[in-house]
Amino acid sequence: MDVTTSLSKEQLTKMYYDMWIIRNFEENLLDLYQKNLAYGGMHVSVGEEAIAVGACANLKREDTIVTSHRGHGHCIAKGADLKGMMAELLARKNGLCKGKGGSQHIVDMSVGVLGAQGIVGAGCGIAVGSALSFKIRGQKNVCVNFFGDGAANTGSFHESLNMAALYSLPVVFICENNGYAVSTSFARSTKIDKISVRAGSYGMPGVTIDGNNIFEVYKTVGEAVERARQGDGPTLIEAVTYRWYGHYVGDPCTYRPPGELERWKEKDPILFLEKYLLANKLCCQEEIDGLKAAAGKAIAEALDYALASPEPEPADLFTDVYFEK
Amino acid sequence: MRQITMAEAINEALREEMRKDPNIFILGEEIGLRGGAFTCTKGLMEEFPGRVLDTPISESAIAGAAYGAALTGTKAVAEFMFSDFSFIAMDQIINSAAKSRYMFGGQATIPVVFRMSSGSGRQQAAQHSQSLEVLYAHIPGLKVIMPSTPYDAKGLLKAAINDYNPVVFLEPRVLYFKKGEVPEQEYTIPIGKGDIKRSGEDVTVVATGVMVERSLAVAEKLAREGISVEVIDPRTIRPLDTELIVASVKKTGRLIVVHEAPRTYGMAGEIIALVMEQAFDYLNAPPQRVAGHDVPIPYNRNLERLAIPLEEDIEAVVRKSLK
Ligand SMILES: Cc1ncc(C[n+]2csc(CCOP(=O)(O)OP(=O)(O)O)c2C)c(N)n1
Ligand SMILES: [Mg+2]
Repeated sequence: MDVTTSLSKEQLTKMYYDMWIIRNFEENLLDLYQKNLAYGGMHVSVGEEAIAVGACANLKREDTIVTSHRGHGHCIAKGADLKGMMAELLARKNGLCKGKGGSQHIVDMSVGVLGAQGIVGAGCGIAVGSALSFKIRGQKNVCVNFFGDGAANTGSFHESLNMAALYSLPVVFICENNGYAVSTSFARSTKIDKISVRAGSYGMPGVTIDGNNIFEVYKTVGEAVERARQGDGPTLIEAVTYRWYGHYVGDPCTYRPPGELERWKEKDPILFLEKYLLANKLCCQEEIDGLKAAAGKAIAEALDYALASPEPEPADLFTDVYFEK
Repeated sequence: MRQITMAEAINEALREEMRKDPNIFILGEEIGLRGGAFTCTKGLMEEFPGRVLDTPISESAIAGAAYGAALTGTKAVAEFMFSDFSFIAMDQIINSAAKSRYMFGGQATIPVVFRMSSGSGRQQAAQHSQSLEVLYAHIPGLKVIMPSTPYDAKGLLKAAINDYNPVVFLEPRVLYFKKGEVPEQEYTIPIGKGDIKRSGEDVTVVATGVMVERSLAVAEKLAREGISVEVIDPRTIRPLDTELIVASVKKTGRLIVVHEAPRTYGMAGEIIALVMEQAFDYLNAPPQRVAGHDVPIPYNRNLERLAIPLEEDIEAVVRKSLK
C-alpha cells in the first residue's frame, strides 16, 4: 500500500500545514480558556489531527461532514472559516454562529460543515440525513461523520448505521477510538476489542486503522468515499488514536495510567509526517519551519480578528429563533 | 448547624438509603470510578460494590434498565449528567415508567428515580442548559422535584427513593457547590409539600431552583423599604402544593411566579391558573410571570445571563404588582 507516491508534494505539505493549523488553533484555545476569553464546554483534539486532515483531504467542497463535541479539527480540515471559528469560540458577534453556539455547535454551512454536536451520538443520524438528501437529489456527494468510541454505544449509532446500509447511502462513519469516553476507558464501556467488527452486522465493510498515520487515514477514507460516491453504500472506519489533553479543558486526567500519554506522544501524527517529508527529501528543514511559522501566523491573524470582534448586543438574544419573512 | 453543598447532600441521601436497603442500585455515566461529573456519587462504588454501575453512553438503555429493574422490585436511581441528555431516555421515562401502573391496572409499582442536572449558567450553550421540569410535569404518572437548597435536596431525594412511583429529580447545576445547613441526623421531606422560604404580607412570590435565592435577595432588598414579600418554593413541581400557594395569595392578595424555564406554556401559567380558579376574589392585582425568555440558551455569557430572570427583573415586577 504505497499511498504516499500518489500524493504530490503540494498535497503533502498542505496536510502538514493543516495539522499545524489545528494544533495551533486548539493550543491557543487552551490559553484563551485560561484567560476566560473562551469558556463553557471545550474539548480539544490535539494528538488526533491526522484523522481530520487525512479524511477531509478526500472531500470536495460540496461534500459534508457532521462532527461531535470534539470537532474543531474536523471543521478546520473541511475548510471552515478560521477567523469565524475563533470569533465564535470567543463568543463574539462575528463568530460563525454569532456567539450563540460556541465550541460544541460550530457550523459553517458554506463549506459543508453541518455542525459539531453537544449530544453524543446525535451526529450519526444527521449524517444519514445528509447522505439521504444527496441520494434523493441525485448528487454524487458524500457525508463523513466523525464521532468517538463512546458514541458507538448509543442507540443512535445502531439505528443510523443500519439505516445507512439498508438504503445504501453515501456516508462514511469514522469512529475516532481515542481510548476514553470522558474518564471511562474503552475496555470499561465496550466488550469487544474493535468497534469496526460491528460493521458486519449492519452489512457494511468495517476496518480498524492507525489514526495517527495520515497515509493510512487518507487511503482508507479515500476508498470509502469513492465507494460511497459510486452508490455502493456506507463504510465504518475505526481510527485508533489518543487525545493528549483531558476530556474537557481543565480535566485532571487522573484516570490515565502513568506513561500512557508519553507513549502516545511518541506517535505524534504531525511529527510522523514531518519525518516522512524530511526523510524522503520532499522538504528541507527550512521549508518545514516555514510551514510551521505560516500556520502560527494564520492563527495569530484569526485571533486578532476574533479579539477585535464585538460582543453580541442584548437584542441579539432574540434573533434567529425562527425563520422570518 | 453544619454546612454542606448540594452535591454532598445528594451523596448523603444516596448513601444513607443504600445502607438501609440492599435492594437499591444506581446507574449512569461516570458515576462510579469518577464519582459523578458533579461528585454526587463520590465514594459510593467503593462502599457498594456491584450496586453502582458505570454505564456506556446509552441513555435509552439506562432509563429502560432502571425502569425494568424497578418494575421487578429492585429500586433504581438513574443519573443523567445533563437533563438535556434525558431526551434520549424520554421514551422509557414517559412511555414506560410513567404509565405502566395505570396501564397494568395497578399491578405494578415503579420505584425509580431519574436524577438529572438542570439549567443554565455555565456557558454550555443550548444543548447543555435547558430547564425541563415542565416537560416532565406535564406527564400524569410522574412526580417531579426541583430542590433549591442542600437541605431540601437531601430530604426530598430520600423521599423520592422511597416512593413507589417514578420520580424525575432535577438538580440545578449552578447550586451543586453552594453550601447550606443540613443537620447530621436523618430526615426526609414529604413530596408535594412546598416551603415558605421567607414569610411576608404584601405579595407572594413563588419561585423554583435558582430563582429562589434571587427572589429572596429581592425580598431582602424590598424589606428595607418596608415592602414585605413572601417567598414560596414549591420544591415539588408535581404534585404541586396548591394549598400553600393559595393560602399565601389569600393573605397577600398578590402573586408573582418566577422560573428559569421559558415563559410560554410554563409553570407560572399553571400556578396562576390554579390561583385564578381558587382565589380570584382575593387578588388585588393581576398575577404576573417572571420567566426565562422564549429562546434557546446562548453560548455568549452576557446573552446567557439575560436569557433568564435577573434580580432586577423580579424586583420590577414585584413593584409593578404593588402599584
Ligand atoms: C447523549 C449524551 N450523553 C452524555 C454526554 C456527555 N458526554 C460528552 S462527551 C462524552 C464522552 C464521549 O466520548 P467519545 O464518544 O469517545 O468521544 P471523545 O470525547 O473521546 O472524543 C460524554 C459522555 C453527552 N454530551 N451526550
Ligand atoms: Mg473517545
